[in-house]
Amino acid sequence: MRWLLLKDLQILRRSPLQAALLVAYPILIAVLVGLAISPGSEQSRIAFLNEVPSDARITVGGARLPASGVEDRICGRVECVEVGSRAEAVEEVESGDVQAALILPADLVNRINSLSTFTPRTPRVEILVNEDNPVKAQLVDDRVDALLAEANLAIAKRIAGEGSRYLELIIDGGEFKALGATVQILGLRASAGILAAIEPELPPGPLRESLRQVRSFAEQARDNLDIASPLIDRLAQPIAVEKVTVGGSSPPLESFAIAVAATLTLAFVAILLVAGSLALEREENAFARLTRGLVSRGGLLAEKVVLGVLAGLVVTLLMLAGLEFFVSLRWDRFGLWLAAILAGGVALGTAGAALGALAREVRAVSLLAFMVTLPIAFLSLVPSGAVGPGLYDAIEVVTAVFPFEPALRALTAALDPAGPSLGAALAQLAALTAAYAVIARLALRRFAAP
Amino acid sequence: MDGTAVAALRASGVTKRYDEEEALKGVSFEARPGERLAVIGPNGAGKTTLLSILAGILDPDDGSVEAPAGAVGWVPQQAALYRRLTVEENLLLFARLERHPDPRGSVAEMLELTGLAERREEIVARLSGGNQQRINIAIGLLARPAVLLLDEPSVGLDPRQRARLWEFVSGLADNGTAVVFSTHDIQEAERYAGRLLVLADGEALFDGAPEALRGAVRAEAPEAADRDFETAFVAYLHHRGH
Repeated sequence: MRWLLLKDLQILRRSPLQAALLVAYPILIAVLVGLAISPGSEQSRIAFLNEVPSDARITVGGARLPASGVEDRICGRVECVEVGSRAEAVEEVESGDVQAALILPADLVNRINSLSTFTPRTPRVEILVNEDNPVKAQLVDDRVDALLAEANLAIAKRIAGEGSRYLELIIDGGEFKALGATVQILGLRASAGILAAIEPELPPGPLRESLRQVRSFAEQARDNLDIASPLIDRLAQPIAVEKVTVGGSSPPLESFAIAVAATLTLAFVAILLVAGSLALEREENAFARLTRGLVSRGGLLAEKVVLGVLAGLVVTLLMLAGLEFFVSLRWDRFGLWLAAILAGGVALGTAGAALGALAREVRAVSLLAFMVTLPIAFLSLVPSGAVGPGLYDAIEVVTAVFPFEPALRALTAALDPAGPSLGAALAQLAALTAAYAVIARLALRRFAAP
Repeated sequence: MDGTAVAALRASGVTKRYDEEEALKGVSFEARPGERLAVIGPNGAGKTTLLSILAGILDPDDGSVEAPAGAVGWVPQQAALYRRLTVEENLLLFARLERHPDPRGSVAEMLELTGLAERREEIVARLSGGNQQRINIAIGLLARPAVLLLDEPSVGLDPRQRARLWEFVSGLADNGTAVVFSTHDIQEAERYAGRLLVLADGEALFDGAPEALRGAVRAEAPEAADRDFETAFVAYLHHRGH
């Protein structure tokens, strides 16, 4: 086998352009796909125009909060590009330098403060967007909705907190500052106590009965308002989310994007090289000469798979090493990487051998390899729930019988401990390797026929 | 040629079917050491199928082929070698696959034998068809076979290259190698073969020396007996219903 392997490497060395394309093209596709699904290292860029006067204060109950905190909160979530006017904001959005512009109008704080008056006015902020691309438009909408929901929640929590404080004052009494003066509030609890102490001193009659009714009301109000206080707290966020994962194990999107890029690279190198070099044996008329006692058909298939796995391993590791410049990889899991790449490479290479044995001609093999690998790779990225259940079942069947999806799961598991089960992926790859080996071996029966 | 020598290769009742079509119909013959046997016949006669069975590429449906293990060298019609490797790399690869004890020594010997020693480092794709065929034959000879099978070895060669090829093949036969070659060039067969096996529609019609075939033509198609060998051969086939 080693002499055939050496021969194939010599042929690759004599075809530097093809070899370079074989390495460069898969990496290019893999990096592009990886970038497309990665979360993006940069925050969204938003033009920010704050027209609120710097001395404005948001008054909630007795507390006055500086309005500048709003800006800090927003710009902590996105990359803010400060602009000086609305026209400048429009220009930034139109040019595409920013995804959107957020304008806080001068009366924003006054409107927020009006919420606690008898003439409330709805606070409004202005968002400028450029909907030249539907994907971008959806992205900006989602981002704005999220920011707005967060801002509303923060304000609602503040208001609910102040409401609760007032209730406690009514129930338990205490000091209340208004118009520069401090007022002592008795509270329902103390009022009921005083009334309870006075009641026995009064002679039986209508006055005592009236006092008993007042004391009873104070006690009922105290008890019921005690219950109302936590309800007001919950008003700000009435529904709490408890997320329970019942299926799958999701690593960070960044790790998944790296796994996708690595698996695409491995798939293209292994499949193209194995299928192409096998078909080349036929085009050079060497297949019959080789299998005439010099090497068994199974041995020839094994040699091609080893060639594909070795080349795939080298190129995939080089690509991962290159990615290390941009993202941090878990090199302490290198052993698992190797296991995943080798198992994935063997299965993908064996599938390549089957394709090569079936297609037989180098050009047909190259075309077939692309026609099979790319669509199946993209199908493997379709998440459940993204399409109808029937279509998703069909996608699952198609992706389960080709080694790309289990190889992707194996690499995802190897790259990140939060990934799916490595053992299950390796077992599926082993089963697919056996199945494709049988197909390749059967296809070789008519391989040399004209 | 010693007619009493032990056969280097013996085919007995070899039959091959492709679906309903019978490509070979019970073909039997022997090849003896040092003999040059030409398998001739029109296109589709079964020449390549017969040589492929003799070489072990195809299995016969009926009949058998007897030859010592590893004693049959095979040179396919189209050069079976790697065009992106050099002459020497090709020979060395197959010598290693043949498990020669001294592969480099065998390669040097073949380079001398084929007269390609000075072109050993040239990429095969840059060589002429004739030289590629010489390497093709050299690879078939690496195992030092007792029998060499050549499937239409002169196809695509110019007259000068043909002459050199046959000179080379004759030298091998003179050294005791049984050479079995197929051709549809009747005059080439008459010139270079010591014996002819005529196939038509998978059937062996004649097995004997070229002179004996002329005698058979004279007997069966006397009107063509005095014409050139190819015309006489065609008339003979016609008389035999092919």
